[in-house]
Amino acid sequence: RAALAPAQPVGVAKRGGWPARACEARGMPGAILSLYINNRSGGLIFHRDFHASAAKLDTNEHLRLASTFSSLALIMRQLSPIKGSSGMELLEADGFVLQSFDTLTGIKFFVTAEPDAKNLDAVLRDIYINYSDFVLKNPFYEMDMPIQKGGRFCQKLDKIAEEHQRMQDRRQ
Amino acid sequence: NRRGDLLLYREWGRAKRTEKQLAEDHKLMFGFLFSLKQLVQKMAPRGASGGFHACSTSTYKLNYFESASGFRFILCTDFKAGDMREVLRHIYADIFVEHLTKNPLWVAEEPISCNAFVRHLDSFLEGLVQQ
Repeated sequence: RAALAPAQPVGVAKRGGWPARACEARGMPGAILSLYINNRSGGLIFHRDFHASAAKLDTNEHLRLASTFSSLALIMRQLSPIKGSSGMELLEADGFVLQSFDTLTGIKFFVTAEPDAKNLDAVLRDIYINYSDFVLKNPFYEMDMPIQKGGRFCQKLDKIAEEHQRMQDRRQ
Repeated sequence: NRRGDLLLYREWGRAKRTEKQLAEDHKLMFGFLFSLKQLVQKMAPRGASGGFHACSTSTYKLNYFESASGFRFILCTDFKAGDMREVLRHIYADIFVEHLTKNPLWVAEEPISCNAFVRHLDSFLEGLVQQ
């Protein structure tokens, strides 16, 4: 059986201090900045930065921000002038956009990206599909527990981010 | 305003809510926006100016504008309404400033009771809805 080596993207330079990833080149428009996954109680179970200019915060900060976002999404639903609103799905700021996807089981996937990013819901759905394939079907994974880094799931995320970046560039 | 007191509340197409519910809503709105502003500042990528202008759910979109003097303008619209930044800026610069800031009888920090402001605001927004 051939040994399975992790796929190396072609032509990636290793910059000092930042691990080599296909989508790290600066100045690419519409890039995905980071991904957060929250469990059913609003706690952070996974976080990944995809771009060098994503906010640099320590782990506790990320935990706090992710839980805060969960609560704010719920509050927004309460403030809704129309009945039957979902929680917050899209947040537009000057420097970035944040798009969220809630699964029927209560898991929340949200990404931050540069303001001109398109098709983020397709990206979120792809991430969800890979989550259910590589995280949920792992017999050692416990529900609502933090997801381990460095496995097949992370490799798939790299591919998704690469694909997204390629689509963005093609549109330019 | 800056302290979170409600200066003006207008609704144009919303199911009726009781008095007490409205007061709670307003307090909740202020707390919500305060936390959201902090979140956005923390999460902003390096080199970005921070500050958000909109957030949406599946049923509505909340447009937000904060003036340099600390007045917050919140407009809830249908999410197909498009970018409301220019609208809110116009409400501030051309309606609010004209009727209130330049009005010697207006006391800042107090609820707005200027009828001309409300009339002007209503007609401006109704005009937009027509389009």
